[in-house]
Amino acid sequence: MLAFAFKRFLGAWPTLLILATLAFVLVRAAPGGPFDVEKSLPPEIQANLDRQYHLDEPLAKQYGRFLAGLAQGDLGPSFQYKDYTVNELIATGFPVSLRLGALAMGVALLLGLSLGVIAALRQNTFTDYAVMATAMTGISIPNFVMAPLLILLFAVALNWLPAGGWEGGHWKHTLLPVIALSLPQVAYIARLTRGSMLEVLRSNFIRTARAKGVPERWVILRHALRPALLPVVSYLGPATAAIVTGSVVVEQIFGIPGLGRYFVQGALNRDYTLVMGVVVFYGALIVAFNLLVDLIYAWLDPRIRY
Amino acid sequence: MTAPLLNVDALSVHFATADGELCAVDGVSFAISKGETLGIVGESGSGKSQTVLALLGLLSANGRASGRAVFNGRDLLDLPIRDLNQVRGKEVSMIFQDPMTSLNPYLSIATQMTEVLALHQRLGRSAARAQALQMLAAVGIAAPERRIDQYPHEFSGGMRQRVMIAMALLCDPHLLIADEPTTALDVTVQAQTVGLMRELQTQRDTAIILITHDLGVVAGLCDRIAVMYAGRIVETGPVDAMFSDPQHPYTRGLLTSVPRLDEITGERLATIPGNPPAITQRPRGCAYRDRCAYAFAACAEHPPPLQTVINGRAKACHLEVLP
Repeated sequence: MLAFAFKRFLGAWPTLLILATLAFVLVRAAPGGPFDVEKSLPPEIQANLDRQYHLDEPLAKQYGRFLAGLAQGDLGPSFQYKDYTVNELIATGFPVSLRLGALAMGVALLLGLSLGVIAALRQNTFTDYAVMATAMTGISIPNFVMAPLLILLFAVALNWLPAGGWEGGHWKHTLLPVIALSLPQVAYIARLTRGSMLEVLRSNFIRTARAKGVPERWVILRHALRPALLPVVSYLGPATAAIVTGSVVVEQIFGIPGLGRYFVQGALNRDYTLVMGVVVFYGALIVAFNLLVDLIYAWLDPRIRY
Repeated sequence: MTAPLLNVDALSVHFATADGELCAVDGVSFAISKGETLGIVGESGSGKSQTVLALLGLLSANGRASGRAVFNGRDLLDLPIRDLNQVRGKEVSMIFQDPMTSLNPYLSIATQMTEVLALHQRLGRSAARAQALQMLAAVGIAAPERRIDQYPHEFSGGMRQRVMIAMALLCDPHLLIADEPTTALDVTVQAQTVGLMRELQTQRDTAIILITHDLGVVAGLCDRIAVMYAGRIVETGPVDAMFSDPQHPYTRGLLTSVPRLDEITGERLATIPGNPPAITQRPRGCAYRDRCAYAFAACAEHPPPLQTVINGRAKACHLEVLP
């Protein structure tokens, strides 16, 4: 098991290197540069800025500098937020995004799993159809549509909740963004759970458990839940990625000062270091989460323990 | 004669499907006494598995059983699920056809075995484990101390069926239902499994219902057999008499289509022409009519009831005597 974890850990590094390289190339492939403004700068100032941020160096050297910084965990200075390093910006923005993302993931798992199990146990009843219809809606409506709808309903029409802002993560400001972010995941996890639970309940070993006289509640909890969870566990990797990308949009709509907003601002301003830094940071996060998922998977299924 | 352990009377199983209600088992009656072994023989789709699944309430969700199945004075078909769970695995155990998928791949053998003892005998962890170890040794699993903490995928097919048998016998059931226990195993392992069941039965005086389509297994293990065809019992009686003098044309057809190694004649092996009728289109009269060499007018009229021929033997055929 430890050897397996270590092997997967080693395998993660090339992925990150490719990701860093892609971020480096793509951000520079975008038209325009970090210091383009309406009125062009005098050439001396432009040259000074370029020298200051090493933009006058050949690309290979910039790339080398970027990687060397990465190796030391230094993502460099932000081009737009003067006197801030990218590390500092991530340190300010990420706790907000983490709170939002973790809440959304928690809600997605809790609600998705319970709804999925309930729908499976009540297959072809009204409950089942209601859950699945809601889930279908949740999957079909993207969060950039859901978020404004939620604002219109709960903030503008009913005036129950604020339309945006963060206020240090007060629950009134957290509720709508978490709903917008988690709803598609709740829906997807519910469908996934229902399907796999139904399949597991039809399997021979469940019949064996019933034939042994195990009460139905224990048949579900002890015999069926673990195998039914496996597809959900393997979806956790993509779910993390979906929540990370979703948070970029949702933070923007609700005006939440999270990492996603820095990222969007950085991309618009061609803040090369900030964009690359956030990409690598989130990339590392997703890779780490996938690693964790693999380990959970192996722990759940004895047949793939190494 | 004392009252039988299990008395099944007019058991029918219907499935609600998109094509309407299908009848998989059509009024089957049989009885089994303590220590006896009853073989239920028939082709795939003859309803033999559904018959025994119905006894323990294990039909799939769209299935419905009717009739009576009185076991130790209680009708199993009429028992609330709480009471039925007290019978399942304790008084009546079941082992299934496919040992590769019948054990839970995610739980250790220890968990799966001790669970039964915790449920039915309220045994603590260590006592249950000790008893499970003893049972594994009894079914011939070497080094049970090591094997018990392993998972099903670490066992071969034959070994898994042994685990299934051990698990089924943990609570010393009065009745063991074995649904094609040897079908998925290779021939040498089949023989071992049959031997094991026979040995355990003589030790414990367990009654066994053995579902199979292997007449060799029947000959080796059973006292009586019931031959099923298209959801009905067509002939039943003591195994020796049935083998030497089958009364129903279908039983005779089955017996003559078994290859024999001791009488190599050079002739083609006899077969029964045609196929059993599909469950969706069972004919009005005798279901075997179209494949029967002796069918006559009455056979198309109405299905023959199961009638006693001589003591202990019964057949469902319009023919008085099989020519």
